[in-house]
Amino acid sequence: MRKTCLNCVYELAKKDPRVVFIGSDIGAGTLDAFKREFPDRFFMEGVGEANIIGLAAGLALNGKIVYINTLASFITRRCFEQVLLDLALHRARVRLIGSGGGLVYGPLGPTHNPTEDIAIMRAVPGMTIAAPADAEEMKRLMPQTLEVGGPVYIRLGKGGDPVVTSPEHGFRLGEPVLARPGRDALLVSTGIMLGPTLRAAEELGAEGVGCGVLHVHTVKPLDAAALLRAAEGVPVIATVEEHSVTGGLGGAVAEALMEAGPGRVKRFRRLGLPDAFPDGYGSQAQLLERYGLTAGAIAENIREMRR
Amino acid sequence: MKKGIDLRLRRKILQVLDCSRRGHVPSSFSIVEILKVLYGEVLRYRPGEPAWEDRDRFILSKGHGCLALYVLLAEKGFFPEEELARFCRPGGILGGHPEYGKVPGVEFSTGSLGHGLSFGVGTALAARMDGKDYRTFVLMGDGECQEGSVWEAAMCAGKHRLAGLTAMVDYNKRQAYGPVREVQDLEPLARKWESFNWEVVSADGHDEAAIRETFRRLPLSPEKPSLIIFNTVKGRGIAALENDPSWHHKSGIKDDAMKALCDALGEDE
Repeated sequence: MRKTCLNCVYELAKKDPRVVFIGSDIGAGTLDAFKREFPDRFFMEGVGEANIIGLAAGLALNGKIVYINTLASFITRRCFEQVLLDLALHRARVRLIGSGGGLVYGPLGPTHNPTEDIAIMRAVPGMTIAAPADAEEMKRLMPQTLEVGGPVYIRLGKGGDPVVTSPEHGFRLGEPVLARPGRDALLVSTGIMLGPTLRAAEELGAEGVGCGVLHVHTVKPLDAAALLRAAEGVPVIATVEEHSVTGGLGGAVAEALMEAGPGRVKRFRRLGLPDAFPDGYGSQAQLLERYGLTAGAIAENIREMRR
Repeated sequence: MKKGIDLRLRRKILQVLDCSRRGHVPSSFSIVEILKVLYGEVLRYRPGEPAWEDRDRFILSKGHGCLALYVLLAEKGFFPEEELARFCRPGGILGGHPEYGKVPGVEFSTGSLGHGLSFGVGTALAARMDGKDYRTFVLMGDGECQEGSVWEAAMCAGKHRLAGLTAMVDYNKRQAYGPVREVQDLEPLARKWESFNWEVVSADGHDEAAIRETFRRLPLSPEKPSLIIFNTVKGRGIAALENDPSWHHKSGIKDDAMKALCDALGEDE
């Protein structure tokens, strides 16, 4: 997904001379073609995220559209005030591409696993937050990031994530995709959780439970109207995210549902990571399993909620 | 003691202060002559067209010094002088820190320290990329130089050899709590900047001739960003402001205190 995303930045740069790329200290060879063809629009500025964000704001307010890539943990936590003030307050056209949102860097421990990045970014006025499910969806997303009027946070998965989206669903930034219809239960997912969520819904379908899946690739702004349409008359709803249950998709969906009127939903659960630092190591898949973010565990939650 | 400093502008700052009875007066008095020379003789701008793309960019990174900036922007015609009377008031555009998009002539919203220099680096890089000859000026406080982000930006500007970028430090040697050298000493300040690949010069920040001469030498190097250390006196012009750190930011200033400030400033010589 990262490779696809950065390749999209390169493609955008070919078409639009305003496009600039800034990396911090990312992998050797990244975007070599971009650097070769547009050396004056390619920057590698070292391990100093606060400066990179301010620098990007200076470029953006002077006509550039800036794509930044570094680890999601550093681009959300370290330089939060720069993101809030330099970018959001100025509605700067800067796109933050965060590598490894969630548990992608599971073996590297809490410093490298931003399990609250979406919550952080949701608190920023005017921030757009996109978490595509796979590389194909990334290709549909990236051209639409070009003209967004303020900053955008793009959460990257691990890379090599299975392709689970379908081109026929189309893609419009801000509009969730009803990936599967169903009126007995609704699973609302974001990012790479779409895969296990769809499999959970299929499992439930085989048991005669009509479980819908709403893929919220744009967590902010949240399309509450689309959410309420999908949730209409559905008694059981759960959100699924590779993120803390505090302040992420689950929080956003709960807020929208509650404000639309309590009692619409009989049972609601936020499936995600606990409000705690990861307490062990392992691959992303191992950690997701440990925290119950697998198709089987998601389906089991719906079964319990329907009892 | 007051010879050579601009009492008229300081008096105007006190008039603006009088409208809301709050503000950072000493930090504004510290930079009056620097801004006067910048806006009077150095910067290229069109007050009626604040977004003119060839304008020089000035960023007041020490945003709390905005009283001095507002007075000069109004005098130069960026907005009507009447606006000054609504400083920090509902419906006004002039807040306790300057905001981009609200105040014509303000390039960047500041107030939180340590943001302006990186923004200036990006602005100067954009000029280079676009083949523009506009210049970028960033004025920082000395306390502000305690922020790590200032040194990230300093390193970055040095690397890019941004001769189009001039940063200034208002070295009044006092911060909110007390003397800078006691809170967190910056010395050797000039050597620090030099070691980050900047060309450095010092000047008296209240002597207009010295300020003018320093700006005339820009860029100090064709290969490096320029750093001017302006030696200044916080609150320069009123002894109480110069000596009492509690004046750093005051609110709820009473009539008698307001009158005392005006009296202490005195009349033009």
